[in-house]
Amino acid sequence: MGRSKGDLVIFTGKRLVQLIAVLFGVVTITFFFTHVAIPNPCYVWSGPRATQAIIQDCIDKNDLDKPLLDQYVLYLGKLLSGDWSTSPRGVPVLPTILAAFPQTLELVLAALFLMVVVGIPLGVIAANNSGRWSDHLVRTFYLSGWATPTYLGGVVLSIAIGPLVGLPHSGNFGSIPSFPEPFHMSVLDALVNLDFPAVVDAIAHLILPATALAFINLGIATRMTRGSMLEVLPMDYVKTARIKGLSDFWVLYKHALRNSLISTVTVLGITAGSLLSTSVVIEEIFQWPGVGRYAFESIVKYNFNGTIGVVIFFAVGVVVANLIADILYGLLDPRVEWR
Amino acid sequence: MALTARSSSTRTEADANRQLSRVLAWIGQLRRGSRGLYRVLRANPLTLVGFALVVLLTLTAVALVIVPPISAAFGHPMSLTPYDPNALLPCPTVGNQSFCAQPPSLEHFFGTDRAGRDVFSRVLTALPLDLAIGFLIAGFALLTGGGLGLIAGFWDRPGTIGAAVSLTIMRITDVFLAFPSLVLALAIAASLGRGTIPSIIAILLTWWPYYVRLTRGEVLAVKHQPYVTAARAAGVAEWRILFRHVLRNIAEPLVVYFTMDVGTVLVVFSTISFIGIGVPPNVPEWGNMIQAYSDYLLIFPWVVAFPGLAIFVTVLAFSLLGDGLRDILDPRSRRALSQAETTTRAPAAAATAAGASG
Repeated sequence: MGRSKGDLVIFTGKRLVQLIAVLFGVVTITFFFTHVAIPNPCYVWSGPRATQAIIQDCIDKNDLDKPLLDQYVLYLGKLLSGDWSTSPRGVPVLPTILAAFPQTLELVLAALFLMVVVGIPLGVIAANNSGRWSDHLVRTFYLSGWATPTYLGGVVLSIAIGPLVGLPHSGNFGSIPSFPEPFHMSVLDALVNLDFPAVVDAIAHLILPATALAFINLGIATRMTRGSMLEVLPMDYVKTARIKGLSDFWVLYKHALRNSLISTVTVLGITAGSLLSTSVVIEEIFQWPGVGRYAFESIVKYNFNGTIGVVIFFAVGVVVANLIADILYGLLDPRVEWR
Repeated sequence: MALTARSSSTRTEADANRQLSRVLAWIGQLRRGSRGLYRVLRANPLTLVGFALVVLLTLTAVALVIVPPISAAFGHPMSLTPYDPNALLPCPTVGNQSFCAQPPSLEHFFGTDRAGRDVFSRVLTALPLDLAIGFLIAGFALLTGGGLGLIAGFWDRPGTIGAAVSLTIMRITDVFLAFPSLVLALAIAASLGRGTIPSIIAILLTWWPYYVRLTRGEVLAVKHQPYVTAARAAGVAEWRILFRHVLRNIAEPLVVYFTMDVGTVLVVFSTISFIGIGVPPNVPEWGNMIQAYSDYLLIFPWVVAFPGLAIFVTVLAFSLLGDGLRDILDPRSRRALSQAETTTRAPAAAATAAGASG
C-alpha cells in the first residue's frame, strides 16, 4: 500500500499545500518584524538633507501613513500580483532577484557537486578504516571545514590562495561574452554555445567561491556517508561480495555505497537550502553577482523591501529544496511509504 | 527545624542515614559518570583534545572576567591581558615614518595592528564575549526549543487540547525552519541598528526551531518504549514520567547537539560582526577584527590570522568534543568503537571493564 504513482502525486500536492502555509507565515513574520522595528524608514531613505515634502512623498508612495494591518493587507495583495515593491531608488525587487538567481543557483550547484565528489569518497574511506588513523584524519579535515567561518575561508581563498595559484578571485568577468546567454549561468551558457575557452574561463571563476561555500558543509556529506556505511558494511551481502573475491573498490562503491547513499542524498537536498543563506557572505567577498550579494546590499543600504523579498525568496528555496529531498528519499528508498 | 530535631532523636538518626545514603548514591553516580567520560576520552584521542581545549578556553575566559575585579578588591589591580585592548601604543618611527603594524615579537605575541593596538590583548579580551554568547544563545535555544519540543512530542493524543497546542507549536516551528536563518538574523540585526544586543536578539529569534524538531523526534521515539508504558501502568504521574523517564532518555542527543551548537552560534555571531552590523568597531570581537583587516591579509597577515585562528580553535574544540560524544552515544558507532577498543586493550582489562559496566 501507499506506493503507486498516484500516491506520489497526492504526497507532493499535500506538501505543496503545507508549503503555501509556511510561506504565508514567513511573509507575515518578516513583514511585521521589519515594520515594527522601523515604522518609518523614509527618514533613512531620503537622507539627512531631505525636505519635509520629499519625506511626505515617500510616505505616501509606500502607504506608510496607513494603519499597520492595512499596510499588511496591501503588501500581501501586491506580493500575490507579482509586484514585490521597489527599492528606495525605485528599482523593482522581484525582477532584480529573478535576474540574479541563476548565478546563485550555479554557485550552489557547483558547491553541491564539490561536496559530493570530495565528501562521499572521504566518508567511504573513513568508514572502511573506522577507528584507524585515516578515519581520524578525515574527521579532522571535515571538522576543520566546519570550524572555519565561511567569511574567513572566503577571505583567505580570495586574497591569499587565489592570486597564489593564479585563479581569478572575483566573479567579475573581464569581458562580456559575445554569445547569447539563455540560462544566465556562465558555465552552461558557454557549453551550449560550444565556446570551450569560455567554459574553462567560467569554471576558473567558479572554483574559488564554490570551494569556499562547500568547505564548511563538506562534513555533512562525509559524516552521513560514514555513518550509513558503518551500518551497511557488517551486513551479509557485503560480506558475500568480499568472499566472492571482488576488489575493495567494487565492494565499497558498487555494493555498499549504493545502499548508504539514500540518507546522504536527502541531507544534501536539505543542505542546498542552507547554502543559499551562506551565499550572502561568499557572494559579497567574491563580488559574485547573485541574490546573496543583492541581499547584502539591501541589508546594508536599509532597502527593506529588498530584504523582505530576499528572505521570502530564500524561504521558497529552502522549502522547495526540502520538498525535493523528501521526494528523492521516497523514490530512492523502496521501503518508504508516500503519505 | 531545630525544634523537631530535638523532639525525636530516632527520627534525626533516620534522617541522617537517609541523607548519608543519598550523598553516597550521588557520589556513586558522579563516579560512574566520570568513569563513562574517561572511557569516552580514552577511546578517541581527538575527543580528548576537544575536551581539554574546551576546559582550557572556558577557564581562561572565566579568569579573564573575574581576575581584574577580585585583584582590585585586594588592592593589587592586575589584568590578564598584557596591554589595554584599545590602547594605542606608541609606534616605532624610522625617520619621518612610523610603523604601527609590527609583526609578532616577544613584546607583542600576536603583533600590533595599524593603529598600534596589541593583537594578543584584543584576541584574549574577545574570548569571554564570544564564548558567553555561544553558551547563552545555544543554552536559551536548548531550553525554549527543547521545552516546546517536549510539549509537542509528549501531549499529542488526538482530540485533546494538548494535540491542538502541539500542532500549533509544530506549524510555527515549520515556518521558522523555512527561514534562511543567517539572512533573517542579518535583516533583524540591520533593522534594530548596529550593536551587540541587536545581533544577540537576532540569533536568539532564529535559533530555537531546530531544537523543537530534534526534541520532539526523540520524545516520539522514547514515549512508546515498554518502560514508559510500565511506569504509566504502575500509576506514575504524567509529569514524573516526563521528567524521570522521558527527559533522561532523550538528554544525550540534545547534549551532543548543544555542544556542537555553541561553536556554530559563535560563527554566526562573528559573521554578523564581519558584515559590519554587529558589535561596534571599538569592541574587540574576532569577526570584527578579521573584517577590519581582511584587505591587508597579505601585508599584515598576523592581524587577520590570529583572530581567525582563535575562532577556528574554539569552534574546532566544541565540534571535536560533540562529534566524539555522538560516536560514543550512538549505538551504531559504539559497536565499531568497542571493537577498536578491545583490539588495543589487554583482554584482562577489557574483561574488568565489561564487568564494571555490566
